[in-house]
Amino acid sequence: MRYQTDRSRVHGLGSAKTGTAHFWEQRISAIALVILTPLFVFPLAYNLGGSFDEVREAYAHPLNAIVAIAFIVTAMLHLYQGLQVVIEDYAGGRWELFLLIATRLMCSLFALTGVFAILKIAFTA
Amino acid sequence: MANVNQGNRPLSPHLQVYRMPLNAVMSITHRATGVGMAVSAMLITWWFLSAATSEEYFATANGFMTSWLGDIIMFFSMLGIWYHFCSGIRHLVWDTGSGLGQRRVKRSGIAALICAAALSLITIIIA
Repeated sequence: MRYQTDRSRVHGLGSAKTGTAHFWEQRISAIALVILTPLFVFPLAYNLGGSFDEVREAYAHPLNAIVAIAFIVTAMLHLYQGLQVVIEDYAGGRWELFLLIATRLMCSLFALTGVFAILKIAFTA
Repeated sequence: MANVNQGNRPLSPHLQVYRMPLNAVMSITHRATGVGMAVSAMLITWWFLSAATSEEYFATANGFMTSWLGDIIMFFSMLGIWYHFCSGIRHLVWDTGSGLGQRRVKRSGIAALICAAALSLITIIIA
């Protein structure tokens, strides 16, 4: 016997209230990262440890700058989505609430900081 | 319930003596590398911010990133991201419903480990 009401069944959102939205968004960011990760990591490995001017010149190049911005934004979104699942799995009650809020704020802050840094390098180097 | 065999019944797998299959270890490692890379992301953002700020600040951040501690963190971050990358592609394939048989899971697990090692080696050569 079904305990769901006809209305909740037709909405198809289940007990999480948001249906498959989180799952789907996480796959989208994962697919984006499959493309962006090699494009970001290889140049980063090359430039890490370079001089101030070398690093600025490298990331002032539009291709590096756009890839870096796209990677930082997508990676921070994906990091939040992943940490959210981990927190929901292992934490409960007030801790869960606190960690979810703190994680979201931190990931947003680091995404903004990264984008600001790359843009400033790109426009001033 | 008088004839119940009390002493010789099979036990369900006990966590401390259960030898975890490769795939279980890989699943946990996927999570661990994902969480761990939060630290890498913060350090790299800091490094970019320093390059956007001033030469002195960059010397500080770059100095840490190229110190022995920074090198160790970046080395493990690099292993972590390539592992998570290869393992993640497996998860994306599984999400389509394919590659889920016992033999294929084992084979793709070993393939992911080899790919992650190869990508790490390329990264080390570039760096």
